[in-house]
Amino acid sequence: MKNKNNIRFIQGNEACVEGAIYAGIDFFAGYPITPSTEIAEHLASRLPQKGGKFIQMEDEIASMGAIIGASLTGNKVMTATSGPGFSLKQEALGYACMAEIPCVIANVQRGGPSTGNPTHVSQGDVNQARWGTHGDHAIIALTASNHQDVFEMTITAFNMAETYRTPVILLLDEVIGHMREKVTIPETGKIPVVERLRTSVKKGVDYHPYLPREDGRLPMSDFGEEHRYNVTGLFHDMWGFPNNNPKVVGELLRHLVDKIENNVNDISRFKEYWLDDAEFILVSYGSSARSAIHLARNRRSRGVKIGVLELQTLWPFPSELVKEKCAGAKAVIVVEMNLGQIVTQVKNAVDNPHNVFLSNRIDGELITPTDIKSLLRVIQGKGV
Amino acid sequence: MTTQAFNFKDYIRPRFFPHIWCPGCGHGIVLGSLLRAVHELGLDKNEIVMTSGIGCSSRISGYVDFHSLHTIHGRALSFATGVKLSQPNLKAIVPMGDGDALAIGGNHFIHAARRNIDITAIVMNNRIYGMTGGQFSPLSGSGKKATTAPYTTIDRDFDVAELAKSAGATFVARSTVYHANECKDLIKKGITHKGFSVVEILTQCPTYYGRKNKEGDAIQMMEGYKTNTAKIGSKKLEKNPDLIQRGIFVKNTDVPEYCEAYDKIIKTAMKGKA
Repeated sequence: MKNKNNIRFIQGNEACVEGAIYAGIDFFAGYPITPSTEIAEHLASRLPQKGGKFIQMEDEIASMGAIIGASLTGNKVMTATSGPGFSLKQEALGYACMAEIPCVIANVQRGGPSTGNPTHVSQGDVNQARWGTHGDHAIIALTASNHQDVFEMTITAFNMAETYRTPVILLLDEVIGHMREKVTIPETGKIPVVERLRTSVKKGVDYHPYLPREDGRLPMSDFGEEHRYNVTGLFHDMWGFPNNNPKVVGELLRHLVDKIENNVNDISRFKEYWLDDAEFILVSYGSSARSAIHLARNRRSRGVKIGVLELQTLWPFPSELVKEKCAGAKAVIVVEMNLGQIVTQVKNAVDNPHNVFLSNRIDGELITPTDIKSLLRVIQGKGV
Repeated sequence: MTTQAFNFKDYIRPRFFPHIWCPGCGHGIVLGSLLRAVHELGLDKNEIVMTSGIGCSSRISGYVDFHSLHTIHGRALSFATGVKLSQPNLKAIVPMGDGDALAIGGNHFIHAARRNIDITAIVMNNRIYGMTGGQFSPLSGSGKKATTAPYTTIDRDFDVAELAKSAGATFVARSTVYHANECKDLIKKGITHKGFSVVEILTQCPTYYGRKNKEGDAIQMMEGYKTNTAKIGSKKLEKNPDLIQRGIFVKNTDVPEYCEAYDKIIKTAMKGKA
């Protein structure tokens, strides 16, 4: 990349690829699935140009397995999929949580359940991103509503995967993935990139792959280097040896959850529009947030005190932030394209859950400003 | 080749022992053959990544003092593919059980073979799911008893060697734990072969398969491996062609290895960029 701002007019999926390249991706494994396929297609061409590796695997599960294997040799890795593929990846995703392996999983959401509505938009996988894999765990899931943000959140996803040694889910949607928009790719170094934290423990000294430092981070050692250790999906001790001692089990699970939940403020990304005096607050994310922002701008011009809180980190859910931002609102409208996945979180977060309403659309069409306005008018007492 | 005498302790992680295998299990012999193979090849422990799935056999990866990746059921070859393609200098060895390799993992098995990626798959075939307590596997064959086949199995079995061959594996061999030295030699050949190699090793599970099917104790089952198998090209096989064949079925060095082929892609892509 030349050291100049690079302005492009591209799909969201391509903005994601540009973000991954900027973040230093070395390895991608994937399987064709609409509407995420362009991520694989572009990386198939881009990765070998910089000496990286692309592989099309035999299925979604194998793609997830391959990126975990490649991460352990010291690579920055990613896979991309959509609903059905995301379902298939869940077991290996849980493995990456348990074994603390940095990786990024992009899920460009389409309508579900099952094969659903492959070429249409939905935000139905929000709860699956949180609870798709079995067992208690914590997860990071990020999203974006425009291509500049897709670019930046992809970099953030790679950064957080390295920082917290965990899988990070990039929850995009079909509208964002396929729409074309301007993206400015900044010069190298403008946006910070977090590199793999490698152990400074010397050869011959006992290295503990699962012993957190004081700051909570766990330095890694690449497969092939001097430290030979065991990686397993079983509960394990600080050496990576399987262990079902109740103390070890309890402490490891606590650690896996705490390292993320306790850092919710560092992990939270959001944007706010006209919130200072807002009586009505639209809470939204992804492509839905575009319609929310459009409506708020439009109503503002007519004197309605309305604002938008756009969430870019969905998990861990930023409850404190939502509570604080919505404290003065007469009504909070959550705008999302599902039957109410984030609205439940918002109701739990705010002081007065009775003032939280859902404006949604679940028919494969992008929710419009008019859709949101209809509900707003009812809440305002202006009739249907 | 190394001149030092072989010592188990140089290659295992004592912290992991005692192992989980039942008395009379054949898996320890496979582990012994594998470690002797690594020793005789003079490989550096740092250059080996042992990747496994789930099951009795898959526990091998933890016992050995190499880089070890104990993954999820059936998917070991996909994890190993990521390890190998991202770092082709590493030796990828994947010990697998018959259910792990060919039931839940069957798709990964045939595709790793098709790609001809330089991984050595050691299929430890005891014809049963041992860890879960004796259910039939795709290699049990019909007419066998298992906890999930109380009236005998009606499922037919795979021939691992034939399957691997058809799927494109470029090194395919079979032995049994009775023939421990032969096992070691075939594993050595599998590891040194550049491409996807499959070494099937028949190994007894006296606890479940043997008991359910009245094949006797471990010694009797190993005797069975001696009498019911014959080396490819031997007089014994000529006289009795129905015996299970041992030896090398395929050794093909003409097919490009996957990581080497990808290196050429990188060269092409970099040229296009410049």
